[in-house]
Amino acid sequence: MNTVYLQNVNRNDYELERREMMNRTLIELNNVSFQYESTPVLHNISMKVEEGDFLAILGPNGSGKSTLLKIILGLLKPTGDIKLFGESMNSFQHREWIGYVSQKSNAFNTAFPATVEEVVQSGLTKKVGIFKRLPKDTNKKVDDVLRAVGMEEFKKRTIGQLSGGQQQRVFIARALISEPKLLVLDEPTVGVDMKNVQSFYDMLGSLNKERNLTIILVTHDIETPANQIRHILFLNQKILFHGKKEQYYKMPKEQIYEWYGHSVRTN
Amino acid sequence: MIDAILNYEFLQNAFISGIIIGIIAPLLGVFIVVRRMSLIADALSHVTLAGITGSLFLSQSVASLAVLNPMYLGMLAAVGGSVLIERLRSVYKHYEELAIPIIMSAGIGLSAIFISLASGFNTDVMGYLFGTVSAVSRQDLFVVIGIAIIVIVFLTCLYKELFVLSFDEEYAKASGLPAKGIHLLFIIVVALTIAASMRIVGILLVSSLITLPVASAMRIAKGFKATIIYSIIFGELAVIIGLVVAFYLNLAPGGTIVVTSILILVIVILVKKMNVRKENNQ
Repeated sequence: MNTVYLQNVNRNDYELERREMMNRTLIELNNVSFQYESTPVLHNISMKVEEGDFLAILGPNGSGKSTLLKIILGLLKPTGDIKLFGESMNSFQHREWIGYVSQKSNAFNTAFPATVEEVVQSGLTKKVGIFKRLPKDTNKKVDDVLRAVGMEEFKKRTIGQLSGGQQQRVFIARALISEPKLLVLDEPTVGVDMKNVQSFYDMLGSLNKERNLTIILVTHDIETPANQIRHILFLNQKILFHGKKEQYYKMPKEQIYEWYGHSVRTN
Repeated sequence: MIDAILNYEFLQNAFISGIIIGIIAPLLGVFIVVRRMSLIADALSHVTLAGITGSLFLSQSVASLAVLNPMYLGMLAAVGGSVLIERLRSVYKHYEELAIPIIMSAGIGLSAIFISLASGFNTDVMGYLFGTVSAVSRQDLFVVIGIAIIVIVFLTCLYKELFVLSFDEEYAKASGLPAKGIHLLFIIVVALTIAASMRIVGILLVSSLITLPVASAMRIAKGFKATIIYSIIFGELAVIIGLVVAFYLNLAPGGTIVVTSILILVIVILVKKMNVRKENNQ
């Protein structure tokens, strides 16, 4: 019995490896460095993210996690070479392939008079293109993505009436409506009730598995999304670790304490 | 009243212009208010005044410029001011709002100089400051119609982009929208609308027609499109009631329109409060 179980595990591992081998590289950074005025933030970052991955980026405050995301999103211009979906950053035209969910706290004005439906529709702006109207099947698409994030009943509510966790689900729906291949999230659960955080990550996990959506998540919390994550990247101005989560968990705690500069409890 | 409108061209001009402005000012106003840019409208209206007083002064001192419609130079000044505000905002990155008082005081300062340099156009200036029913010419009306077409085409073409930019600028930039270009176009269109509105409501009160109907709409509307519709309804109500009252009581329409807007706002706030209380009691 045990042998069969082990064989299954091995076969699953093999399947996973094979899938990863076949997957294409969505993000490739080579010797990327960035500094704000004269303060260096990222130093010689080289990394790859493959299709279908669920990557968590960890690191202490000020380690450059959000900066790295902003570089991937094209909001900051670093030195070095970046390829998105195999194309050079400068010639990459398909921004709609990348969905972005920022920290709730600084993202928007909660008194903004917009319904959930209007916010989700706005995710199609880039895909539809400038000067063009939203297509006729937009309403159905809105329903589909709201269903995917469990928010279909809230379609006509104004965004300010929702709780922090519900708002983040709406923002995921906004990102999903343009059918991205990559979803980038910057500490999405800051300010969200603890009881909603687990179901939030479960939802991300199923999007990753069922839709083969590649996810990059910047987070301080490595415990709650532990089941969903596949790889971990530990950043402190440079990459200190990038590998499978199992390897990360095997690291001596002292080492991780050291990376955090002894300031953060890692459990 | 209807007889008078049918018989007098100037009244037709004033009413048609008023009705058009009652649509475009609150329409743009919704985007201005949600982007917390209400004060920019004030700064631009004062720059417009500098253009108008400059034009009045020029037409007084240079005979060949006497036929020049002051609205044109006013529009030019407003557009120039809007571009300058954007420039200054990028100079003072951490104190972006500084651009507003700088441009506003420059506008008032220049206006004061032009008014004191010239003499004898006090009544004209009063009309531009507080609006007028009697001095709206056919030419003014055509300018208003032209600007209204620009505003409506602009908003129809860029509605979804402006919505994203207003709601979440970082997301808009991350999705690759040309945020800076759209913002610059937007502020230029705002400048044109201010210049178009000043004949009816007056420079000093233009920003109220842009912001007050939106303030009322935001109390009751559920959703962005609903806010736009309510804003236009409240804007129209204020303009029509204000113009009728101004005509019968011989008052400056800017004053009557703004006071009507404020009354609408007070009524909306009170009705909303009563409804909330009722709901709580149930």
